[in-house]
Amino acid sequence: MLTLTVNGRPHRVDADPATPLLYVLRNDLGLNGAKFGCGLGQCGACTVMVDGHAVFACLVPISVLPGRDVMTIEGLGSEEDPSPLQHAFVEEQAAQCGYCIAGMIMRAQALLEHNPSPSEEEIRRHMSPNLCRCGTHMRILRAIKRASQGTRFADADSEKRVVR
Amino acid sequence: MRRRIEPAVTRRHVLVGGGALIVSFALAPSSRLLAQDAGAAGPVPADPPLPGGLKMASNLDAWIRIDKTGAITVFTGKAELGQGIKTALRQVAAEELMVDFEHINLVTADTARTPNEGYTAGSHSMQDSGTAILNATAQVRELLIAAAASRLGVPVAQLSVRNGVVAAADGRSLGYAELASDEALGVTAKARSKLRDPTAYTVIGRSIERVDIPAKVTGGSAYLQDLRLPGMVHARVVRPPAYGARLAALDSGPVAAMPGIVKVVRDGSYLAVIAEQEFQAVAAMASLAAAAEWGGGAKLPSQSEIYPYLQSLPAQDDVILDRRQPMPAAERTLEVEYRRPFQLHGSIGPSCAIAQYADDALTVWTHSQGVFPLRKALAQLVNLAPDKVHCMHVEGSGCYGHNGADDAAADAALIAMAFPGPPVRVQWMREQEHMFEPFGPVMIANVRASLASDGTVVDWQYEVRSNTHSTRPGGAGDLMPSWFLAKPLAPTTPKPIPQPEGGGDRNAIPLYSFPNARVVHHFVPSMPLRVSALRSLGAYMNIFAIESFVDELAAAAGLDPVAFRLAHLDDARARDVVRTAAERFGWSNPAVLPRRHGKGFAFARYKNLAAYAAIAAEVAVEHETGAVRVLRVVAAVDSGQAVNPDGIRNQIEGGIVQSTSWTLHEAVTFEADRITSVDWSGYPILRFPAVPGSIEVHVIDRPGEPYLGTGEAAQGPTAAALANAVADATKTRLRELPLTRQRIKAAIGI
Amino acid sequence: MRAVSVALGAALLIALAAAAFLVWAARPAIAPIEPPSPADFSADLVDKGAQLAAIGDCAGCHTNSDGSPYAGGVALPTPFGSIYGTNITPDPDTGIGSWSRVAFARAMREGIDRRGRHLYPAFPYDHFNKLADGDIDAIYAFLMTREPVRATSPPNRLVFPLNARIVAAAWKLLFLRPARSEPRSDKSDPWNRGAYLVEGLGHCGACHTPRNILGAEEPQKALAGGEQEGWIAPSLDQDSPAPIHWTEESLFAYLRVGSDRLHGVAAGPMTSVVRHLRPALDEDVRAMAVYIASTMGEPAPERRSREEEIFASLPKGGSADAIATAEPAGSAADAAPTGAQIFAATCSGCHTNRSSRPLGGRPLVLQTAVALASPRNLIEIILHGIEPAESEPGEMMPGFADVLTDKQIAELAAYVRSRFSDGPAWSNIEDVVRGIRNGR
Ligand code: FES
Ligand code: FES
Repeated sequence: MLTLTVNGRPHRVDADPATPLLYVLRNDLGLNGAKFGCGLGQCGACTVMVDGHAVFACLVPISVLPGRDVMTIEGLGSEEDPSPLQHAFVEEQAAQCGYCIAGMIMRAQALLEHNPSPSEEEIRRHMSPNLCRCGTHMRILRAIKRASQGTRFADADSEKRVVR
Repeated sequence: MRRRIEPAVTRRHVLVGGGALIVSFALAPSSRLLAQDAGAAGPVPADPPLPGGLKMASNLDAWIRIDKTGAITVFTGKAELGQGIKTALRQVAAEELMVDFEHINLVTADTARTPNEGYTAGSHSMQDSGTAILNATAQVRELLIAAAASRLGVPVAQLSVRNGVVAAADGRSLGYAELASDEALGVTAKARSKLRDPTAYTVIGRSIERVDIPAKVTGGSAYLQDLRLPGMVHARVVRPPAYGARLAALDSGPVAAMPGIVKVVRDGSYLAVIAEQEFQAVAAMASLAAAAEWGGGAKLPSQSEIYPYLQSLPAQDDVILDRRQPMPAAERTLEVEYRRPFQLHGSIGPSCAIAQYADDALTVWTHSQGVFPLRKALAQLVNLAPDKVHCMHVEGSGCYGHNGADDAAADAALIAMAFPGPPVRVQWMREQEHMFEPFGPVMIANVRASLASDGTVVDWQYEVRSNTHSTRPGGAGDLMPSWFLAKPLAPTTPKPIPQPEGGGDRNAIPLYSFPNARVVHHFVPSMPLRVSALRSLGAYMNIFAIESFVDELAAAAGLDPVAFRLAHLDDARARDVVRTAAERFGWSNPAVLPRRHGKGFAFARYKNLAAYAAIAAEVAVEHETGAVRVLRVVAAVDSGQAVNPDGIRNQIEGGIVQSTSWTLHEAVTFEADRITSVDWSGYPILRFPAVPGSIEVHVIDRPGEPYLGTGEAAQGPTAAALANAVADATKTRLRELPLTRQRIKAAIGI
Repeated sequence: MRAVSVALGAALLIALAAAAFLVWAARPAIAPIEPPSPADFSADLVDKGAQLAAIGDCAGCHTNSDGSPYAGGVALPTPFGSIYGTNITPDPDTGIGSWSRVAFARAMREGIDRRGRHLYPAFPYDHFNKLADGDIDAIYAFLMTREPVRATSPPNRLVFPLNARIVAAAWKLLFLRPARSEPRSDKSDPWNRGAYLVEGLGHCGACHTPRNILGAEEPQKALAGGEQEGWIAPSLDQDSPAPIHWTEESLFAYLRVGSDRLHGVAAGPMTSVVRHLRPALDEDVRAMAVYIASTMGEPAPERRSREEEIFASLPKGGSADAIATAEPAGSAADAAPTGAQIFAATCSGCHTNRSSRPLGGRPLVLQTAVALASPRNLIEIILHGIEPAESEPGEMMPGFADVLTDKQIAELAAYVRSRFSDGPAWSNIEDVVRGIRNGR
């Protein structure tokens, strides 16, 4: 039995200590956000935050996590009450299939917590571990910028929500 | 092909026996129902085809149901693949039913509930299902208004509709729920519908936010992978290291004794393991793989010789265009060859499926593109009657063609049959997806053209050589897991996909007005590597080749590439997208680009019958390394009536980024005995630092025009626009994809 | 009195020596020239220069990862502070556009820039001085035909007194000897070519030879192993720590593609060496492999039998060791239970043979980083991972600096060491982790 702190709440987990966090989040705690993409640390679909850092949940055994803060996308906000970053992703309609998006948001969250107004280049470099196959990158970049304090989007930029 | 309209009175209707009056409304010649109707007046042709997907299922209640509470449910046989149809189809239904968008529920592909619309592929969702729902909901609205007219004793013309309530001038009104009945909707669709006037649209044409996104950004249950059914167990498969290898020896005893292991499943060379917990299954899979000894396996051709090898394979030739007109004298002739390697779908989430065999019936949750064809193949695979197999589509990770979804469903079915009772979840590993998914096939295009002295193309000879672009099931033998069974099944003999859509020859016919043109498709049946449909099929390659060559011709004629295209284009809508993209890009801006920068242009109408797309790109090529930076991309697209303009933009943007990745970086790699590009380190795709600096998409709306499939429209033009831009920047033409740093560096020299 | 006169005499001598030194150290500027036109150089010469510049890894110090090629700005950490690679594009003001061929050759051989200033020995003129004239000409031709870029590197940040360039002159007085590479008649042509490239242009010893307290390579310990940027540069002589001895074939593969089936993956500073080496000719790379294989020599019989054991421990198909699950390889797991758990979740996905993973699945028993006497390289890799070149196929491993604590990394390293090497257990691993994190 291990105790994991996930999204601010302690959870008793009965699993082999060598189990990667991803499986425990999804199957034992019923959290959908972190996704299986490769299990190899190559795609970032499983990204969550541990003590404020973006990490690959597919490669972290739960044995190293007691006493540390795990944050998943469920901990940021909800459909009814989304976090600023989640809200920005909706505003920018930054998803196609959306499979990569929870990982994207968590990695971006880790960036914004350390650097509230990153430059375009800093965002791109920071987001590099996370893959998106649908090609939603431009919108993801816009959403992160929208959420960052550094950039305020003028209304003119939301032209796309105006009819034609 | 035309189909006869079925008799108007449905089977159910005959059984119920009542409501003939209502049906007669449906059959009555259309009268002007609503002031804002812009219905197609005039005599109905004798035997017109039903619009869109109505051809597949002609009962209105196959598409729409209204229950006693007024809840409206629309059914589509198409699946949400990340293209946003859950939103767009609701918009269509809300528009014609004149209800709020939020009022519409939508049920997608399910063999027990929805119409059979075959595959969700080829950018057909809006063309088929969108058109069907547009017409079906319009006809239902008419029926409901007619019913209200009869109940209220008021002529139709004096009724108005607002948000699902039909009202008379005197204030009396009836809601859809009161007006609807099985009888009302259980009728056969007509070929013509009274469609609303596009100028009065309130829902169609708006960039309504997608309904699925809030759950996806907050960790809601959104994917098949997120289903956790009661009692569910976890399975993993163990695949051979190479195509065709057979399991020679295996001691599965130690694995069976590992913690949580429920069962090791083996049938010939088919190997899988079931565990209580998911990571137990992963660990057991690894141990099984380590314990298994494999023998044999197909010899693959050498990767460096793959193009000569493809040329050497026997082919079936089909002349798909032979246009001869008197031609002015040719002044010069160019002849070149273009090549494209095997490429991957590479969904971010590897394939997954859940199956449960209980009470003699098999239930399958799948992210297949075609639940109905899959049901047929699975029934054959596990020897059940088709009506004992129920396939439900649940969203998976983005789908860009025939990936591992059907095969994973076959895995789940096979394992569930071997372990009846609980639901069995099978999740493929990344390596399994990369190695065993069917690739987009290798292709060669040979093209020769002649120019007259004034720079017009007077002769065009184009030959494309390719494997098939569809090995979808089909039969059970098209499901890859069946190949490893003790009694292996054989895949269906591959066949070319006929024109006008085409497979390897999709978009092989240029849209340009060349007076003499001959296009030949060399269909190569034998496949050294497993291949099938990858987003846009042969169009990616053919457009890359045609649009690269058009640039080469323009250069030979000393003409501007955009002007050269316009000079050979008659189609007004094609000219519009070309001009729009060029203008918004600033194509004719006289300012010279910085050194080592280049601009490129390309255009195509997908399949020559779907959306029009023109793309202009600016790149910078680093001389020292050959690395390409895509600085900006500007696209113009005409998808007919734009239901959700932002949805169209999203699809085009995504297509541009994906095609940029294909075009600059991607190729499946292999050695004599195996595929070597088995993960993202061996098959890198575009990452954030390398995605284009900016992408602009301009949607040209065509109110009232048919929907034109858009999902694949950007793939080909992006490839050619980039190749043309690289050629402009480096003054060297590359004709083999991908345009890697190494190839470019080799071409530009020290 | 006598003492006074001795002291006076000594002072006089020192003053004279200092004066002589200053005279010796003072070098004239060489007159600037108009940047030559690219057309002045034959294509063949430029080609040859490109191949040689690759072997010299000019880009390693002169191309910043996000900057223009050869425009400088790369920080080179040394024990004495940071030195910045300069702009060597033909820009006349900020690069070497105004350098004549003579000025360039003097810089390469004597470490003196066009204006007569002494260059720090971070620029390996102690190797480049072996270059043949024709090769210097070729490299000059190559650099002079690059895109001129206006860019000034940041000033060096060195501790006093090393921030005075005269110190570089003193260093040369002590350590720089004029040299020419003389072919040996008892060796093959490739060997001689390899010796010339490895000891001269390739300056392999700059990292792989130990340095004395003043930062000069110890000549009698050539290629006996050194350090660079916190990484161990393993010895390239008979004491090579590689679990399987290097052969000409394996060295060639390693230098050509950055990895070899029976060895590790180029990591740390070696990554860019291999990447920049790509334009070099196969025959030159092979010559270097021939020479290094000969400096390593034939393996002793004990070593051979140990290698046989390692081969036998690899499963058929040769890709890797069996998976570590919850209860892996007995004693190793007992010794480091946390390490075993971390290994199972974190490492086993790639470092086992669960599938055919031609680019992954590196068996750890074959890795030099695991076999070295120091855990430094393994820890560097665990902390920072391995990244392939952008958008190119290549080995890839994420770093774990953000999620594993120093202690956990130490436990993982201890587990890996005890399970995949028969070398003695590493000590003070946690300190090493902490040290690397703090830039030590
Ligand atoms: S699933 Fe964790 S990085 Fe891909
Ligand atoms: S939105 Fe589909 S993978 Fe990113």
